[in-house]
Amino acid sequence: MNIPPDLRYTKTHEWVRLETDGTVSVGITDHAQDLLGDMVFVENPTVGRQLRQNEECAVVESVKAASDVYAPVAGEVVAVNDELESAPERLNQDPYGSWMFRLRPDDPAALDGLLDAAAYRALIEAEGH
Amino acid sequence: MQHTPLNAQHRALKARLVDFAGWEMPLNYGSQIEEHHAVRRAAGMFDVSHMLIVDLRGEAVRPFLRRLLANDVAKLQTTGRALYGCMLHEGGGVIDDLIVYFLHEDWFRLVVNAGCAERDLAWIETQRDALAPGVQIRPRRDLAMIAVQGPQAGPKLWQAMPGTQALTQPLKPFAAVTVGDMFIARTGYTGEDGFEVMLPARAAPYFWQALLEAGVQPCGLGARDTLRLEAGLNLMGQDMDERVTPYESGLAWTVDLTDPARDFIGREALLRLPRSRQLTGLILLDRGVLRTKQKVHTAHGEGEVTSGGFSPTLAASIALARLPAQVAAGDEVEVEVRQQRLKARVVKPPFVRHGQPLVQVHTLPST
Repeated sequence: MNIPPDLRYTKTHEWVRLETDGTVSVGITDHAQDLLGDMVFVENPTVGRQLRQNEECAVVESVKAASDVYAPVAGEVVAVNDELESAPERLNQDPYGSWMFRLRPDDPAALDGLLDAAAYRALIEAEGH
Repeated sequence: MQHTPLNAQHRALKARLVDFAGWEMPLNYGSQIEEHHAVRRAAGMFDVSHMLIVDLRGEAVRPFLRRLLANDVAKLQTTGRALYGCMLHEGGGVIDDLIVYFLHEDWFRLVVNAGCAERDLAWIETQRDALAPGVQIRPRRDLAMIAVQGPQAGPKLWQAMPGTQALTQPLKPFAAVTVGDMFIARTGYTGEDGFEVMLPARAAPYFWQALLEAGVQPCGLGARDTLRLEAGLNLMGQDMDERVTPYESGLAWTVDLTDPARDFIGREALLRLPRSRQLTGLILLDRGVLRTKQKVHTAHGEGEVTSGGFSPTLAASIALARLPAQVAAGDEVEVEVRQQRLKARVVKPPFVRHGQPLVQVHTLPST
């Protein structure tokens, strides 16, 4: 299972990357896409929406099921990846290259509360894949 | 968990395995959508050994089946002919849908769903004891079944098993033939040409391997479900069950009332009950995915999605839904999808047949 060491993770299988401009990109992990199977639909939040931490803010639907995506930290949505609307399979093909939305965190330090790669690996191993 | 004779093959191919009606079955071998396209464009194969083959033998088997099934086996007059239909209870509800094959005047073969197999057997035995004690019922767990489906199914089957070509190439749809210790039928559950091959369990891994070497794509239950949904074929337990009749399940064509003297189980109820609901197709106009059990709002009352999903061939979401009988093809309805109401159009299934879309897709622009 691919878990890049430079990203942060959530218990709900989002990955989070701190960008140089202080925003964070959010996507779903390799483990999440593998569990869900072929993606067929992505619904992102609207730009400008203010999100609370752990708020349901996006939906990914695979051939199997619909799955909510949660805000890893509180913040404002500053961009969404429109490409996924017409090509949801990008989430399967390149989960860490396919960000879904970008947030400007209310508190940049909130990222420190997220899982690092080792903790995320331990989590999915404990879930028994 | 029960295993089919092909379980080791599925593991070797790194299938994602799931529990289906107590059987460990492949969901997919990687990408469900690629498996789906392989069947529409070339050829795919499915392990369907979890389905139960039941042989019924005895002099009274034809009259017994004319009472047991809502379709009339009187139509089966030549060896190998097959018929699709429902087994009903006295109230007209569907116990199971099945295919019945005519082998000899004293030998018919049923293929029933895995999830209903034990209950079906108990029902058939009870009816046999009451109506035709001389009929022998033999479940054939010694047989495996592999479905080879797609426009290239024939050539691939004949490449894998050259000895089968002479007898199977001339087969019409819903006809079958015995080839050595195999029984090969031109039937399937995908809306494509293809064959379902019943063969001794010990021979199944060799046949599977030969098909694999011929380039046939292994396909799991995931692709089987999207293929049958596009083809407008019902899934027992989802699109119908004991609480609904064939008339409310898009299966009026399988209820044979031609012979007024044929008193099949459920007939009286079918003639008496109102037909207030129908099973029909939906195509989603808004962006999203239709799913089983979503509520449908129509101008004539509420209904429910019985099978919903994403159609890889149409690149749109489609569904089967049970709606008030007054709803007509072309009507627009609203489906409750995660606290929203999305627009869908009523269409007559099938959605796809022999690789070709049969419905128009005009997705609304996203808002």
